[in-house]
Amino acid sequence: MKTFYKKFSEKFIEGLLMLSSTITTLTVVLIVVFLFKEGLGVFNKKPVEDGFVIALNKQNPVNKLTSAQLKNIFDQKITNWSEVGGKKDSIILFRMEDITNYYSEEQIGEKFERLPQCIGKVVDSLPNIIAFFSTKYLDKNFQGKQLDIDKISFKEFFGGKEWFPTAQPSAQLGVLPLILGTLWVSLGAILLALPLGLAAAVYMSEIADEKVRKVMKPLIELLAGIPSVVYGFFGLVIIVPLIQKVFDLPVGETGLAGSIVLGIMALPTIITISEDAMRNTPRAMKEASLALGASKWQTIYKVVVPYSISGITAGAILGIGRAIGETMAVLMVTGNAAVIPHTILEPVRTIPATIAAELGEASNGGLHYKALFALGCILFIITLIINLTVEYISNRKKYNNR
Amino acid sequence: MKMPDENKLAKQKKRNQSIAFWIFRLLSYLIVAILFAILSFIVFKGIGVINWNFITQMPEEGMTKGGIFPAIVGTLCLVAGSMLFAFPVGVLAAIYMNEYVKDGIIKKIIKQMTNNLAGIPSIVFGLFGMSLFVNKLHFGDSILAGSLTLGLLALPVVIRTTEEALKAVDNTFRHASLGLGASKWQTTRSVVLPIAFPNIITGLILSIGRVSGETAPILFTVAAYFLPKLPTSIFDQAMALPYHLYVLSTSGTNIAESRPVAYGTALVLIIIVLIANLLANGLRKYFGKKVKMN
Repeated sequence: MKTFYKKFSEKFIEGLLMLSSTITTLTVVLIVVFLFKEGLGVFNKKPVEDGFVIALNKQNPVNKLTSAQLKNIFDQKITNWSEVGGKKDSIILFRMEDITNYYSEEQIGEKFERLPQCIGKVVDSLPNIIAFFSTKYLDKNFQGKQLDIDKISFKEFFGGKEWFPTAQPSAQLGVLPLILGTLWVSLGAILLALPLGLAAAVYMSEIADEKVRKVMKPLIELLAGIPSVVYGFFGLVIIVPLIQKVFDLPVGETGLAGSIVLGIMALPTIITISEDAMRNTPRAMKEASLALGASKWQTIYKVVVPYSISGITAGAILGIGRAIGETMAVLMVTGNAAVIPHTILEPVRTIPATIAAELGEASNGGLHYKALFALGCILFIITLIINLTVEYISNRKKYNNR
Repeated sequence: MKMPDENKLAKQKKRNQSIAFWIFRLLSYLIVAILFAILSFIVFKGIGVINWNFITQMPEEGMTKGGIFPAIVGTLCLVAGSMLFAFPVGVLAAIYMNEYVKDGIIKKIIKQMTNNLAGIPSIVFGLFGMSLFVNKLHFGDSILAGSLTLGLLALPVVIRTTEEALKAVDNTFRHASLGLGASKWQTTRSVVLPIAFPNIITGLILSIGRVSGETAPILFTVAAYFLPKLPTSIFDQAMALPYHLYVLSTSGTNIAESRPVAYGTALVLIIIVLIANLLANGLRKYFGKKVKMN
């Protein structure tokens, strides 16, 4: 009986342990499911908010407008129907509040009870009108033509150059400026951090004596431990005003500020990983080099660095990954303008910062909400690729050593 | 043919080396200087703000005066909640990985997935926590949802440090115990875990430091902009230190006047991280073994 009990509890515990170890796998799977379910939903939606229609006069030959055209029409950048394939006639914009230009309040009625008919009549009477109003006020026997708007396409989403998710009547969901902004800031960060980090890694693993190393190592770990929001705060009160002053800019919140802060944050990753790799250089190799009369410095750049190059690469890539995924610090210092950056002295906006800044305002399950989840998917895929690359690099190294 | 002057060559070699070494040394010192610049800036600006009232009172007058007590309590709740989830699960998972499962496809998959989880940006955890805990499971913006989200974020850290700690235990202990007729679990519980315990605790402390500073995962799962009362249940919203600092420095009602409070909050955060790091390092030194982070 006792052995049975013992056996049973052994099995039970093993089951419990196994269950715990599957939780990470389960989490990754769940993250993928939830993120992509919501994120891909964006391609099932129309850029015009649910509950609104865009209508034309029935004589208008135009049947379809893209979301960019819609936006330009309502921004009055397109003012003639011929620009979107219609007759040569100027465009008349009509929004719900414009009804007062056509009808008096009495005609509309106190509780807007006659508003649907009024809108119908306006659209009917003006052949070159484009009207945007709520389906609530759509008349039962509406004579106009309701415009067919395409669902958001992959091409529009990934190639679009404008990100105005709350624009009326048609949301602009081009992620190109956000992707470029993210890469731009991260690239700047790694350009700053890589030389510094490598120098420190070489110094700590090859040059400094054990005492200095013992002091520096925990300091680097401390640098990794400082919360990102504190980095952001530091960047906001020190680096941003400094940049503004040095480059004489109207605002200091720029891509450069983001790159500097992210660069500092990426340092510990680069240093720890490449230092580890350098310290793993076989002693025999180094001593062989020294015995041939090479100086310590020659040994470092001819033996140690080439030997540990895959570790250094892994560190650099992971550093980029850190920078791409970083949210708070970037959100606080880059100025968050969703435009394609041309210089490092312009405000930029990254993918994580966009999610953090806008998710609070996006209505649950709406187009904007789904678009932000789609951004999360992009971020997830980028970091997954980075992780797999690093793994591939370090596995290849092991294989070569055998 | 003229032979190169050996003496000159050696001299040049030496000069190159000393120039290169000096550059490396200076750059390394520069990094340390950056660290100290950040730390000392926050310490000097924040030290005047922090006093007993600051850490025990509610925020007042649009967060420009008063203390940060609810934010401290909120962060403590989140840390405790996330560790209640991540620590047992992480340690058990690591035990399974290191003591039970044999090398093979399952171990490979679990390892790969743990690595992937570790690489996912914190804002993605925030999105996930919002869609699963807040919306799907109807926890609402709550300490529960925030703790679980943070717990998932900390899980890979706990697993990794625990695995390192278990790996550091010499195999002869296991063999001796098994040889005496102890079962696998008895060996793990009475022999392996006690030896690995200090290093596991070190990992726990480091993940506490990490969790207490995370902002992005709690933005949409728990954090309240301003809430001058303490949470009473795990389904309440709460303020948290990192989010408080973010709000104060970017979107507060009066940014200039709330700056001192922001400095104070940053300092409290830094102090928590410092204590966690010092404690972890002290433990490491005390037990003479090293848990590798990352």
